[in-house]
Amino acid sequence: MTVSILPIPLGIGQNIGVSAKSAKSANSATSVKRDSLSVGLATGVAGLAFGAVAVADHFSVLQACVLSLVLFSGASQFSLVGVMSSGGSALSAIITGAFLGSRNGLYGVRMAGILKLSGWRKAVAAQITIDESTGLAISRKDEEEQRTAFWYTGFGVYIFWNLFTLVGAMSAKAIGNTSAWGLDVVSPAIFCAVLVPRIFGADGSSKRGGRTLYAALLAFVWALSVTEWVPAGTPIITSVVIAVLLGWRA
Amino acid sequence: MSSQWIAVLTTSLLCFAIKFIGHSIPESLLAKPRIDRITTLIPIVLLSSLIAMQTLTEKTVRVFDHRIAGIVFALLALRAKAPLPIIVIGAMVTSAIFYRVRI
Repeated sequence: MTVSILPIPLGIGQNIGVSAKSAKSANSATSVKRDSLSVGLATGVAGLAFGAVAVADHFSVLQACVLSLVLFSGASQFSLVGVMSSGGSALSAIITGAFLGSRNGLYGVRMAGILKLSGWRKAVAAQITIDESTGLAISRKDEEEQRTAFWYTGFGVYIFWNLFTLVGAMSAKAIGNTSAWGLDVVSPAIFCAVLVPRIFGADGSSKRGGRTLYAALLAFVWALSVTEWVPAGTPIITSVVIAVLLGWRA
Repeated sequence: MSSQWIAVLTTSLLCFAIKFIGHSIPESLLAKPRIDRITTLIPIVLLSSLIAMQTLTEKTVRVFDHRIAGIVFALLALRAKAPLPIIVIGAMVTSAIFYRVRI
């Protein structure tokens, strides 16, 4: 019996609404693959937005594509671009991006027990270990289906995310004013989509006795309170202290 | 090298390393209640402070503008369990409308 270190490892995948539903119905390999493909397509829209936002925030098309190819973790990519375009230093962008990416490390711990890989296959699996691939994999009961869901979702999202990043980055050059096209809310809207399922359960109640909601509200107020007094980027990094303080005691 | 490239390459390599290390360490190493509680809360506080900054500040100054409307739409759509593309596109359209009518 493995100890779960991931209470609810769901990000964007949960909001697509396919995982939980189909886990109960016919568990055929086809339905696993279909779910994976639709998640890949849906995240493509976010990839399109990422490419456009990155270029609108004065990153080059090549930099946007390198982020999607090598970093390949939506929240970290959006945070990196956001922190730097608001005047934050490279260091604060790196720290924020890496801290946000740390949850993929936890997913990796969980997936390694299911995939049982070594060598280059482990490296490939590591690269596609993200919210979506892990979320869809562990929503399945059968180990074979978990592996299928992981690979299909991981590769599906990887291909669509990168393809659409390129398209978004290229087309952003035609967009003059990003506010007039709503591009300035893409990144916070996606953060909301990743954050809300981590705070509220399916029944609408706050997880872990309200601790998650409390942490989110404190971090929100903290960042807004100090922003005018400290360098750009630091309101975000320093909110990690709130996580440590609130998580310290049971 | 520009600071943008430094950030892009360093974060990319760090994030891959984090994923790879995750695949390489025993599960028992992280299965401690305190570590579990803190690692659950880290993405929550980061996402929340990022949302605050990207919705309610311009550079580092607090501002209240059209973006609030977009995020309110996103939260309502999330509450209605809308799929991700609807959340993102709806938030963009809402924010753009409020921007264009100068509210």
